[in-house]
Amino acid sequence: MSNKIKHHLTDDLLMAYAAGGLPEAFDLMVATHLSLCDHCRARAESFEAVGGCVLQDQDDSVSLSDGSLAATMALIANGAPIAKPARPGCSVLPAPLQDYVGGDVNAIQWRAIGMGVKQAILPTTREATARLLFIPAGAAVPDHSHNGMELTMVLQGAFSDEVDHFARGDVEIADEDLHHTPTADISEDCICLAVTDAPLKFNKLMPRLFQPFLRI
Amino acid sequence: MFTEIDTASLDEPVADGPLAKTWHAKERVRGRPVNEANGSCNTKTEWVEHVTRIRDAQDQAAFAELFQYFAPRIKAFLMKSGSDAAMSEECAQEVMATLWHKAHLFDPSRATVATWVFTIARNKRIDVLRKQRRPEPEDLGWGPEAEPEQLDVISLQQETAQLRNALSALPQAQRELIEKAYFGDLSHREIASQTGLPLGTIKSRIRLALDRLRHAMN
Ligand SMILES: [Zn+2]
Repeated sequence: MSNKIKHHLTDDLLMAYAAGGLPEAFDLMVATHLSLCDHCRARAESFEAVGGCVLQDQDDSVSLSDGSLAATMALIANGAPIAKPARPGCSVLPAPLQDYVGGDVNAIQWRAIGMGVKQAILPTTREATARLLFIPAGAAVPDHSHNGMELTMVLQGAFSDEVDHFARGDVEIADEDLHHTPTADISEDCICLAVTDAPLKFNKLMPRLFQPFLRI
Repeated sequence: MFTEIDTASLDEPVADGPLAKTWHAKERVRGRPVNEANGSCNTKTEWVEHVTRIRDAQDQAAFAELFQYFAPRIKAFLMKSGSDAAMSEECAQEVMATLWHKAHLFDPSRATVATWVFTIARNKRIDVLRKQRRPEPEDLGWGPEAEPEQLDVISLQQETAQLRNALSALPQAQRELIEKAYFGDLSHREIASQTGLPLGTIKSRIRLALDRLRHAMN
């Protein structure tokens, strides 16, 4: 599984995820990739260790109010142990995505955006957008470039573009300069998670007509 | 020199790494449990025992010691993240209560107690200050059927202590930038230049723990 992944997340994304500085849509991308990739999970957890060191080196002379411990014991008494989250096991969507979709692939509310391509926008804060993309086997997503950063991770099937070939778990990181036309492998319909921090710009006449309806 | 995170350093030998001999117990004085006079083992697995006692025996004395050490630091951390004193204290209490309620989920072969507390405090900050959800990776935890190896636990704790020493030895400007990132003050684009942290060994150690965990789960 994770040892077949060739295209990983960058250090700055993993550190920002560990530090808690990413928009929600990017957090969702990182959490989904880490669910499939122990290599990046170990990198992310080592960045969390840096956070632990920063916490320990905080000024311990900050005073707490009287009765702070007693108030915490009351919180504990009124709460309950937090159960281990369920692991969905062998599914297309890893657990963090299932939380946003409300189930596995069958629960995705697709909307057609033309030429067989479908998308489902996931409910995150507006600083960045997360959506699932469905590309029919052998089909292409219209040539597009980006104002900002776009991360695309394969969940099912595979796609190729001008850069490389991407299969389950692989992340393509595209910046402003990349114009690409991802094309799904012929063997299987391709499902991806795509995250952008700016609207897409489409380069061909037809797709541009669709853009007002895309809500991205 | 610092080891950058990269694929190649995954293959480094970790068990008998050069870090072991630069370990100094005296570096730990500031973080030692207050009434932990006996047992040299405890200096290497600082606070882990406390969490185990909370998990197994709902030990309030152990919790009080953890609280005394961590609650002021959590409060200071949240205040630097832009929260006022009252809100920071309220959150610190909630973080410590979460520690109690999640004690059975803590994996000391992958994180120190300080690292784990940091992740709870970070999530609280995202929830309260940024008002957004925090997607977390699919859970991988030790179940009742198996626990991590003690040697893995000790090694991870030691390597994190080394990391802490290395961080405090960084030039001040670089250290401040890293702290800023962890207070939530840098975007991921601004963080780009902050790699080059000495994380090669600890990353390899966590990877090993993940491999063992996967093996135990199957
Ligand atoms: Zn990866």
